[in-house]
Amino acid sequence: MIDKRVESAAEAVSVIPDGAVIMIGGFGSAGSPVELIHALIDSGVKDLTAINNNTGNGEVGLAALIANGQVRKMICSYPRSTHSKVFPELYRADKIELELVPQGTLAERMRAGAAGIPAFYTPTGVGTPLAEGKESREFDGREYVMEHALKADFALVRCDTADPLGNLTFNKTARNFGPVMCMAAQTTIVQARRVVAPGEIDPEVVVTPGIFVDRIVEIAEPIQESALIAAKGRYP
Amino acid sequence: MSGWNKEQMAARAAQDIPDGSYVNLGIGMPELVAQYVPEGREFIYHTENGLLGMGPSPEPGDEDPELINAGKKSVTALPGAAYFHHADSFTMIRGGHLDVCVLGAMQVAANGDLANWSTGAPGAIPAVGGAMDLVAGVKTIFIITRHVTKTGDPKLVETCTYPLTGKAVVSRVFTDLAVLDITSDGFSVVELAPGVSLAEVIEKTDAPVRQP
Repeated sequence: MIDKRVESAAEAVSVIPDGAVIMIGGFGSAGSPVELIHALIDSGVKDLTAINNNTGNGEVGLAALIANGQVRKMICSYPRSTHSKVFPELYRADKIELELVPQGTLAERMRAGAAGIPAFYTPTGVGTPLAEGKESREFDGREYVMEHALKADFALVRCDTADPLGNLTFNKTARNFGPVMCMAAQTTIVQARRVVAPGEIDPEVVVTPGIFVDRIVEIAEPIQESALIAAKGRYP
Repeated sequence: MSGWNKEQMAARAAQDIPDGSYVNLGIGMPELVAQYVPEGREFIYHTENGLLGMGPSPEPGDEDPELINAGKKSVTALPGAAYFHHADSFTMIRGGHLDVCVLGAMQVAANGDLANWSTGAPGAIPAVGGAMDLVAGVKTIFIITRHVTKTGDPKLVETCTYPLTGKAVVSRVFTDLAVLDITSDGFSVVELAPGVSLAEVIEKTDAPVRQP
């Protein structure tokens, strides 16, 4: 019987090497896989490219990974946060690279990468600095810009319920980028609030089918990043 | 005092949203629009982080850290709401499925160009979020903004000097002084706020203003 569970967050991320490209789920604090990110900090891997909508909050999770000097390049749509100065300070000091992508283009580049589509045309960004240097083309009298698919070596995603085959459900707006990142990464690592037996998740309500998931760790009472930030937590 | 305050601006914008519209509200002043749904109309709010059927803020103590809006504030989900992932959420936006989006602005040009994400200044941290997707995909783009900046510079201009969010995307602008349409001939006054003269709007707009 297929069982993708591993014992700990540390074991789950132990396959990630230096230089990896990693998609990290979460929008703001909602859905942030805090335990997996902290395990990645403990592992000490460096030279990472991190892909997330933002650049972390407070001094925990993704912000802590960046502050720890493990991220060489950030791909995101909104690198500002009222809670965190970590990224802006490194960016102004030229110590971290930024690829700024409109949020919908970011999600669609992942979807394309997941679906074997190398590039696509979109009107988003036409006439703006974010389209400069990109191929453009007219369809039916409207201008479009070509955007390339985005794939990753790994995805770190937090879900609500998983089964050992990797079928997942999510909770409310903590879903956000999770499902599309699971699909766009070579190896998807998931932290689940609970793991149930195969068949306990109704096939009709599975959000992410298990084929897109490789490693699962159960974190029964996950840290809410927003609670850590409110408590002025720091990691490590 | 003449002109509209920000609540009145939001209420005025809400008047122009058709019944049954699927609506996305930008962060800041646009969020106020939700408080002024005209009697007898129903709007369904979309938030790009994956919720259709967004309701008002919860009571203090009822916040759920996994139920937030695009501004990362706690919200509620109304009966009939749906959650979805980001690629589906932006399919709604980019595929033209949303009816109206209300956004803030740094500058709006007479041809409908919008600048609302970056001053382009050295050292500024560029952050675009979903703004470029919204202006490219949503059927009707409304802008709600003060007519001039805090230092008195016009925000309605002939040509944007800040980096663009989108080209020729704005339909209508709601300011503290007036409601203006973007037409093929530039800014055109739809309505003046109480106590505001056309001469004042013309003086505070850095582009020709027509009154039909």
